Amino acid sequence: MVFEGLSSKLQDTFKKLRGKGKLTEKDIKEATREIKLALLEADVNFKVVKSFVKNINERALGADVLKSLTPGQQVIKIVNDELTSLMGGQPAKLEYSPKGITVIMLVGLQGAGKTTTAGKLAGHIKKDSKKVLLAACDVYRPAAIKQLQVIGNQVGAEVFADTEEKNPVVIAQNALKYAKEHFFDVVIFDTAGRLHIDEALMNELVDIKEKVAPDHTILNIDSMTGQEAVNVAETFNDKISLSGVILTKLDGDTRGGAALSVASVTGKPILFAGMGEKLTDLEIFYPDRMASRILGMGDVLTLIEKAQADFDEEKAVELQEKIRKQTFTLEDFKQQLAQMKDMGSFKDILEMIPGAGKKALKGIDVDEKEFVRSEAIINSMTPEERNNPSIINANRRKRIAAGSGTRVQDVNKLLKGFEQSKKMMKQFSGLNNKKHGKFKFPFM
Amino acid sequence: MAENLFEKLKNSLVKTKKSFSGKIDQLINYSGVYDEDFFEELEEILILSDIGYESTNEIIEKTREIITRENITDKVKVKNTIKSVVRDILKKDEDRHREINVPAVILIVGVNGVGKTTTIAKLANMYKSKGMNVMLAAGDTFRAAAVEQLEIWADRVGVPIIKNAQGADPSSVIYDALQAARSRKTDILICDTAGRLHNKDNLMKELSKMNKIINNSSDHFSVYRYLVLDATSGTNALSQAATFNEVTKLDGIILTKLDGSAKGGIIIPIKNQYHIPVEYVGVGEGMDDLQEFMPEDFAEILFE
Ligand SMILES: Nc1nc2c(ncn2[C@@H]2O[C@H](COP(=O)(O)OP(=O)(O)O)[C@@H](O)[C@H]2O)c(=O)[nH]1
Ligand SMILES: [Mg+2]
Repeated sequence: MVFEGLSSKLQDTFKKLRGKGKLTEKDIKEATREIKLALLEADVNFKVVKSFVKNINERALGADVLKSLTPGQQVIKIVNDELTSLMGGQPAKLEYSPKGITVIMLVGLQGAGKTTTAGKLAGHIKKDSKKVLLAACDVYRPAAIKQLQVIGNQVGAEVFADTEEKNPVVIAQNALKYAKEHFFDVVIFDTAGRLHIDEALMNELVDIKEKVAPDHTILNIDSMTGQEAVNVAETFNDKISLSGVILTKLDGDTRGGAALSVASVTGKPILFAGMGEKLTDLEIFYPDRMASRILGMGDVLTLIEKAQADFDEEKAVELQEKIRKQTFTLEDFKQQLAQMKDMGSFKDILEMIPGAGKKALKGIDVDEKEFVRSEAIINSMTPEERNNPSIINANRRKRIAAGSGTRVQDVNKLLKGFEQSKKMMKQFSGLNNKKHGKFKFPFM
Repeated sequence: MAENLFEKLKNSLVKTKKSFSGKIDQLINYSGVYDEDFFEELEEILILSDIGYESTNEIIEKTREIITRENITDKVKVKNTIKSVVRDILKKDEDRHREINVPAVILIVGVNGVGKTTTIAKLANMYKSKGMNVMLAAGDTFRAAAVEQLEIWADRVGVPIIKNAQGADPSSVIYDALQAARSRKTDILICDTAGRLHNKDNLMKELSKMNKIINNSSDHFSVYRYLVLDATSGTNALSQAATFNEVTKLDGIILTKLDGSAKGGIIIPIKNQYHIPVEYVGVGEGMDDLQEFMPEDFAEILFE
C-alpha cells in the first residue's frame, strides 16, 4: 500500500551523496522521518517508535559511513541492526527445567491462538523426547476444552481436562499434581483468553501462576495486533511477569510491528512464531528476519547487503595488491582462513575462481578440517614470525607445534601450504588484475 | 435493552477514548500556534489510534484546509473541526446500510480468532429476539471443535444448527443448510466459516466456492456477507477488508472486541478506502454483547 513507494522515495532522497566520512545530523534527520513512518505503518507502537528513533539519532550521529553506501542507506543499516538487537539479536531457546517438571503457561487476549499454540508447542517439545501433558484451563469459551483434546490427540500428547470443575485454578492445580504423579517432563497450561483490562480475570491468572509456579509464562500475541500491543504486553507483564512471547499468525501479510512493540516494552525474548494452522507450523523466531519485515525496506536492505559485499570485495582487491607486492603474510593468511570457514566447501570456492581450473588447484591440500588446526598454529606464532615466515626455523617449529597442540609435521604442512597459496595468488593476480567477474572472495 | 447495550459500549469506549481526546486537548492547549509541528503531532496521535497513515493524512489535510480557509484559531473550534472531519468519514456509505430482508442468508467471514463464531451467536440471539426464526450452519469444518463451539451457542440461543463432522467439505454443509432453511421456511440462515488469512489463495478459493453456492440461492434468499474484524488489529485489517471484499463482495463489517482498550480506529480508513459500512460492534463475550454501529455516536465518543 502506502509504503510500496517508500523505498524508492528513500533511494531518491539519498542518491546524491555517496558515503564518505561520518553521518551528520542532517543525514539522519532526512532519513528518520521516513523510517518513523515505515515503522508506524508496520503497526509499531508510536511511543516505541519515538524512543527508538531518538536512540537511533544518538547512535548514528558521527558513525562511519561505509564507503559504498549513501548516508541514508547507512542510517537504514543502523536501524535494521538496532531493530534486530531490540528483538533479542539471536534466536532464543526454550530451556527445560534442569530438574523435575518444566511448567509452561500460555496467556493472552481472546483469539490470540493459545490453544493451537499449546498443541504446536507440545509437538515441538515431544521431539526432544519429553513426555508432555496439556492442561485445559479455559473453562469459559464454549468447546475450548474439546478443542484442546482434539489437538492433543493430533499431536499425540495427553490432555488433562475436567469438564465438571468450573474453577480454572483448581484444574491447574490438579493437572500439575497429575503430571507429577505420572512423571511428565513438561506440562503446558492453556488458559482462557482475557482482556488485559479485565481485572477479575487477570487476578485469576495471578492465582493460577502462584499455584503452578511456571518456569515459563508466555504471552501469545497476534502478529496483526495494532497500537494496543504495547498496553497488552505491558499489563500482562506487570501482572504476571512474563518470561517470553510467542508471535502467532505470522503467515499472514502483516508487517508485524507488534513484535517490536512487545519485545521493547517487556524486554522478554520472542521464542517462536506461529506460521500456519498445521500443528507443525511453529518456527524459531529470527530477530533479523523480523527486523527487515517490519522495516519493510527489503530492496534497500538488499542493496545495503550488496554494498557490504562490494566493500568486502574491495578488501580482497587490497589483499591481492599486497600479494603482488609480496607482502602477503601469515597474518593475512589467517584472516583468509577465518573467512573461508563460513563459506562452505573450500574446494568449490577455489573452483569458482576464474582461471583456477582443476589443474591449477592440483597439489593444494584443501582439507577443511585443517582450518581450525591451521588457525591454532598461526595463533601460536609471534607477530614477527607471521610477517616473515622465513625466520621460522626448526626450533621455532617445535615451539609452535607445542603451543598449538599440533605436531611439527602439521606446522610444516601449513607453511608449505602458505607458500603455495602465495604463488597461486601471484598467478591469479596476473590473470585478472582488475575485473574479478563473479569472484568475490579472497582466496589463499 | 438497546439503551443499556449502548451505555455499555459507550462506557467502554469512553474509558479508552479518553486518552485519545485527552491528548488532542493537550495538544490544542499547549501548541497555540497551528504550525507544522502541531500537525505532525496530530498525525502521530491519530496513528496511535490505529487510524493508519493514509487516513490520518487525509484527516489532517482536511482539517488544515478548513482551519486555514475559515481562519480558525479558537481551540474549541479546531477540536470541533477535527471531530467533524472524522465524523464525515464515519458517516460515509451509511446509505448502503440497510434492513435485512427475509428470507436471508448471512455469510460470516474473517481471519482466525476475530470472533466470527461468537458474533454469529450474538446475531442469532438478536434476530431471534426480534421474532425471526434463525438457523445456523457450521461451516467451520476445519478448526478443532469449531462445530461443537457453534453447537453450544445454538443450544444456548435456542436455534437449530446444520452440521457435519470436522473435516467435511464446508461447501456441502452450506449447501445442506440452504436446503434445510428453504424447506423449513427459515427467516435467517447464518453461516459460520473457518478463519482464514486472506493471503492464502487456496483458502480464499474455498471461500469463493461457498460464496457461489450461496449466490445460487438468491432466487429465494437475500444474501449478505459480513466481514468480522478485531478492533485490536492494526493496519492489517485494511488488507483483510480489501481481499475479502474482492472474493466475497462484502455487505458490511462487524467490529469485535471493542470492550477492550483498542480504539477501533481502523474502521476509519476502512470506511474511507473501501466504502464498506460497519453494521455492528461486539462489546463482550456474551450473546447480548452486540450493538448496532452508530457513526454519529462513535465519532462523538471518540472525541468526547
Ligand atoms: N472481549 C471480547 N471477546 C470476544 C468478542 N467477540 C469474540 N470474542 C472472543 O474471542 C475469542 C475468539 O472468538 P471466536 O468466535 O471463537 O472467533 P473465530 O475464530 O473468529 O470464530 C473467543 O474467546 C471469544 O469469546 C468481543 O466482542 N469482545
Ligand atoms: Mg469460529
